[in-house]
Amino acid sequence: MAFDENVKTEFKVVGTRVKRPDGIDKVTGRALYGADFNAPGMLVGRILRSPHAHARIVSIDTSEAEKLPGVKAIVTSADLADPEDDFFRDIRDNCLARDKVLYDGHAVAAVAATSRSAAKAAARAIKIEYEKLPHVTDVDEAMKPDAPVVQAGRSDESVPEGLSENVTSYFEFGHGDLDAGFAKADKIIERSFKTAATHQGYIEPHACLATMGSDGRGDLWCCTQGQYFVRTICSEVCGIEATQLRVTASEIGGGFGGKTTCFIEPVALALSKKSGRPVKIVMSREEVFRATGPTVSSSSDVKIGMTKDGRITAATAKLRYQGGAFPCGTVEFGAQSAFAAYDLEAVRSYGWNVLTNRPKEAAYRAPGAPMAIYAVESVVDELCQELGLDPLDVRLKNAARKGTLASYGPTFNDIGLVATLEAAQAHPHYAAPLGENQARGLSCGFWFNFGGNTCVSLNVNHDGTVGVVEGNPDIGGSRASISMMAAEELGIPYEKVRTVITDTNSLGYNDVTDGSRVTFAVGLATIEAARAAKREMCKRAAQIWGIDEEAVVWEDGAARPSGPNAGEHPPMSLADIAAVMDQTGGPIAGHHEVNADGAGVSFGVHLVDVEVDKETGSTKVLRYTVFQDAGKAVHPDYVEGQMQGGAVQGIGWALNEEYIYGEDGRLQNPGFLDYRVPVASDLPAIEPVILEIPNPGHPYGVRGVGETSIVPPLAAISNAVSRAAGVRMTELPMSPPRVLKALSGG
Amino acid sequence: MVRVKLWGSLRDLADGQEYVEVEASNFKQLLDQLEEKYPALKPQIKRGVSLALDGVIYREAWFTKISEDNEVVLMPYMVGG
Amino acid sequence: MKNLHVTTTINGDAAEFVCEPDETLLDALRNRLGLTGAKEGCGTGDCGACSVTLNGRLVCSCLVLAAEAEGAEVATIEGMADGDQLHPLQRVFIEKAALQCGVCTPGILVAAKALLEKNPDPSESEIRYWLAGNLCRCTGYDKIIRAVQDAAAEMRSA
Repeated sequence: MAFDENVKTEFKVVGTRVKRPDGIDKVTGRALYGADFNAPGMLVGRILRSPHAHARIVSIDTSEAEKLPGVKAIVTSADLADPEDDFFRDIRDNCLARDKVLYDGHAVAAVAATSRSAAKAAARAIKIEYEKLPHVTDVDEAMKPDAPVVQAGRSDESVPEGLSENVTSYFEFGHGDLDAGFAKADKIIERSFKTAATHQGYIEPHACLATMGSDGRGDLWCCTQGQYFVRTICSEVCGIEATQLRVTASEIGGGFGGKTTCFIEPVALALSKKSGRPVKIVMSREEVFRATGPTVSSSSDVKIGMTKDGRITAATAKLRYQGGAFPCGTVEFGAQSAFAAYDLEAVRSYGWNVLTNRPKEAAYRAPGAPMAIYAVESVVDELCQELGLDPLDVRLKNAARKGTLASYGPTFNDIGLVATLEAAQAHPHYAAPLGENQARGLSCGFWFNFGGNTCVSLNVNHDGTVGVVEGNPDIGGSRASISMMAAEELGIPYEKVRTVITDTNSLGYNDVTDGSRVTFAVGLATIEAARAAKREMCKRAAQIWGIDEEAVVWEDGAARPSGPNAGEHPPMSLADIAAVMDQTGGPIAGHHEVNADGAGVSFGVHLVDVEVDKETGSTKVLRYTVFQDAGKAVHPDYVEGQMQGGAVQGIGWALNEEYIYGEDGRLQNPGFLDYRVPVASDLPAIEPVILEIPNPGHPYGVRGVGETSIVPPLAAISNAVSRAAGVRMTELPMSPPRVLKALSGG
Repeated sequence: MVRVKLWGSLRDLADGQEYVEVEASNFKQLLDQLEEKYPALKPQIKRGVSLALDGVIYREAWFTKISEDNEVVLMPYMVGG
Repeated sequence: MKNLHVTTTINGDAAEFVCEPDETLLDALRNRLGLTGAKEGCGTGDCGACSVTLNGRLVCSCLVLAAEAEGAEVATIEGMADGDQLHPLQRVFIEKAALQCGVCTPGILVAAKALLEKNPDPSESEIRYWLAGNLCRCTGYDKIIRAVQDAAAEMRSA
């Protein structure tokens, strides 16, 4: 695709801190989220879940439950369709188990009844006979050749011989002569690390309302990061043609990647089809923990060699990720990201995706990258300590820059890592004094970002206002940034633009809100749609003036005659042209459809000061600064918000959050009391420092910002804790008991 | 001829080569040629691949122009959160 | 079990509803009265998304039985603005971008208002501890704390 020759650098609207258009709805309680929508005659749906980590389903007897008052439908996997593609079959089997339950909390059957209590009673009355099977929940255990096999026959052709069938895919990246590289090192450190599975932790549990008529037409209202993808999944899993299912995204109460797939929507549709009534399913928090989202847990070995003066000579990372009971792809992104921040002559990363009896992994903000970079940045930090080197100097000395052969294959074009590191070095935080039991940690982070399928419609209204129609749920203020880019391009005030997010039948396909893609890709399509509308408006003005179209330009929000033969005509504003559009050819609209590429990779550097209480093992985060290359920051408040929010999710990952499984393979802590996400009193101010290095792949230089910020905190905090405690930490989360154990020599 | 760099674990499926050469002027032709010359790559290509062209990552753009002057690197299909 | 009839006051207006004996106030507000501003994030009192006040006291409405609202005064996010006049906290939250997805926002606003009624000039630390029962997963709390500070300052000088 053709990128703009000149990325725009002068802005009137973009870069200001306008009020978001959905603000009033969200501060008054008027905004409608997934669970806030009702329909007449609606039934309550409830899902019955496996109490076992791994078991064969011998029989399901629903006869007693069906007889209970108020029960209108019961469904099992037999009520779902049979998609050809493994990808959709896995989603189906995760929504309702077929043959085997694969983890504690795996859905087995569902009921729809006239009340919450009737649904509960019916779920209890369903009799399921299980034959328990041996289970495995740890990634290293699951890789052993004699481990219980979660699903047989799921390994692809990349997996080397001799490993457990639980290993589903294998990846290797890198270049150079490792032996020669390590031979040049003055110091080599090799360490093993573990990170716990963490949950995206969105505050809004999954919720949906499904209506399926006997004519085969359905309507689905749900909280999701992508209504089109929900439609695709439900079409496959329920056997409905895409056009017969209209999916409308509610406001979304957080997602972070966890709402990019389906858990309940096909079930609600099947219940609605069977009962002939609307069915609403709202997950409880316990269900969210047991049966949606988490990210992978990981086990890794990293080996890095360094010269006395801080040059990395060779590096390897071996990454083992368990993504739950279905084949997942995440380790490849970890293996690609692990060494992305470094300019290395000899580097290799290896990754294994592994099945365990845990819930199916869902994407979580920069999926796969944080745990790999945590391990790498920990070893780099330890080398700096051992060799008495400044950790920022060492990162600068080895930093990837334009022309560096990236560890994942290509040669980097313009990237902002060095500028980000220099900003951190120059910041007062880096030189601030530290007290007793306090230390400073630092880490680099990296994420790819992407663009993807995007479709935008922009409509000019008679009164000179403009409506933008897009298809990506607004998860953190994107309606504001899209309206801003439309206003900027058209040269009209921000307040004159309203952006709405539409249903699947009102606009062409849009990819999910993920990959930090919306402000980049939807913004790009919006700018192009505005340009199309401007061309039409110039044409209308040319007709009114009786001059050639080519003799009209759009400047400062108005069509103006331009060139030697254009003549003298007063400029016509958007409102002037809109007022007479009926008379000059009818409605004026601009469209743009694209599968956007050129998102541009992103780097961040985080600095953190912590204090470790050596008696209790608890860690207090004292000061935190985030440096990130954001490209052009369209709405700086919301860019800062992404940087702060990602940092705090990373702090939780580093210090508190973990999925804890018992010997019985059951999740021990499916609630916010025991799965502890950071609360306000745990945290200091999070200072964001935005670097604006324009992305050449976007007309305004915009780059994705949503994901990179979760990557550096794991290592930044681990490095700080390790220095404060005087012992290298190698397992996340660094909860007080783990820190105490490390302090007492492991 | 376009020189395509394969990631490490794909090389075993392409006679151990780090770089393979194919006659192609766009992404689609490149994938077709890869499948034809190295059938063992087919399953991965079917699952999805991205393409880095002079450092810019493309996911599915069949008609992206490629010439022998470009640095072409095959990568796993990108996703995000 | 027989359903119960409850007579109560919500945001200053008389209200009645019928509920199951084990039904929570949150469910009654949301499902019986159509007041969906309070959200259920956990149902166990851990996240604060369902915060309302009951006779002036800040509570998690998921931990209160609907029947306990009998004869009580309940205040929810829906009653926070005065007609089209937003409460200063609501306005400053928008101005200072103190929300992203917004699902925790009603609970945080109700909790912050309860704080400022007790303590019009809280320190940053007091705000952080008061709001420790309100989880936000998007913002990292930073802009929320600044917004509460700014709104408090504005309310003090009004």
